Amino acid sequence: MREINFDEIVSKIESLCLSANVSLADGITDCYHKALEAEETAMAKSIIADCIENQKIAFEEKVPLCQDTGLAVFFIKLGDEIKIKGGLLSDAVAKGVSLGYTKGFLRASSLDDPLYDRKNTRDNTPPIIHTETVSGDKLEITFIPKGGGAENMSALKMMSPSAGEKGVIDFVVDTVKNAGGNPCPPVVIGVGIGSNFEGCALLAKKALLREIGSRNPDPRYKALEEKLLMLVNETGIGPQGFGGKTTAFDLHVEYAPCHLASLPVAVNINCHIHRKQTVII
Amino acid sequence: MIKKISTPLSVEAVKSLKAGDIVHLSGVIYTARDAAHKKLTELVQSGSFAGIDFAGAVIYYCGPTPAKPGKVIGSAGPTTSGRMDAYVPYLMDKLGFLGMIGKGKRSQPVIESIKKHTGVYFAAVGGAGALISKKIIKAEAVLFEELGAEAVYKLEVLDFPLIVAIDSEGNDICR
Ligand code: SF4
Repeated sequence: MREINFDEIVSKIESLCLSANVSLADGITDCYHKALEAEETAMAKSIIADCIENQKIAFEEKVPLCQDTGLAVFFIKLGDEIKIKGGLLSDAVAKGVSLGYTKGFLRASSLDDPLYDRKNTRDNTPPIIHTETVSGDKLEITFIPKGGGAENMSALKMMSPSAGEKGVIDFVVDTVKNAGGNPCPPVVIGVGIGSNFEGCALLAKKALLREIGSRNPDPRYKALEEKLLMLVNETGIGPQGFGGKTTAFDLHVEYAPCHLASLPVAVNINCHIHRKQTVII
Repeated sequence: MIKKISTPLSVEAVKSLKAGDIVHLSGVIYTARDAAHKKLTELVQSGSFAGIDFAGAVIYYCGPTPAKPGKVIGSAGPTTSGRMDAYVPYLMDKLGFLGMIGKGKRSQPVIESIKKHTGVYFAAVGGAGALISKKIIKAEAVLFEELGAEAVYKLEVLDFPLIVAIDSEGNDICR
């Protein structure tokens, strides 16, 4: 067994909160520059130029890319040869978030009750944590601060299997059209197909974790990703929803086995400031 | 071409703006998000609102990150405007502000209200909060301080980059 101290995890999470809020996921800067070339109107070009400038200022001055520093979402791979000394993993993550958001001047956006009290918890806890046990002696933690604007435009549909590929395509494209400028396009899109109700939503979120430019290893799903990305960009929504060629930087599809009576589809949208960072302990 | 304008807005200045124009705005603006809109509405309805003159003012839908020591403000980009739509026609009538800054589309009643008052809806670039923070030279919480990031802040801005998304004739470029 390899031992990892509770406090070590806390301090790693604390710095992860800061760094993930001031720097973009790998590949997004290149997407900005490609979009700047591709866009034709002065307005679309000026929006993308502002995004490029924003990302420079955020990184150099360590000021958050966006004032919505998100709900704190974690995907954790916990090696089965690891023992955490001094407390629970989930408590360590929550403590790291609390310290990172309060000491790091990040915005606390988490409310204690969704319907009645809606009182701010003041330290952006609780985090949302998805843990998977894997073999080995490593602890891999991926953090995505997820803003409300893009999350609010995400959607899930339990479709009839007869809807088929066309039904899936229409649902994804309609979700993006309905979102318009709200999720701060150009967006990154995660699509989940299959599993069950909650599993499908999780697949869509996991699809957002994929590297920019990567394709699904299954050739049919790879072709579907390419087709969806093309159709989404043909909507003409463009940067910030004011028209243009770049509505999405990338789109990833993840799929899983499902019930014979079901065809669940989920679309999780992320904004142009696609934030995602990983630490391995 | 970039048009330069300043607050408080005059009807003539607003009329000169056309949907799609790129604008640099300078002067005082006020932040307000969902909770502040709700509270303002309640105060105005009960006849107990006083203190701020919103005539010709510009309201910015923004809840900034906390300022670091020695800084004016933290990251300060726009939030989704649609959530404010339900409050806007009533508040525009009662308070007399003419401009709004946010991101995303507006409802038909808001567009009608803009036409009625010769107002304007500007879009700021969503997800450019670090860049926008550099255009804010003064910030002070002036109302509902207990709301934290959702309080009403009086901001002084210099050359805040904006796009005219809905002009005073109701022309709308949001998709
Ligand atoms: S959707 Fe827009 S406002 Fe919300 S976190 Fe993303 S960039 Fe920021």
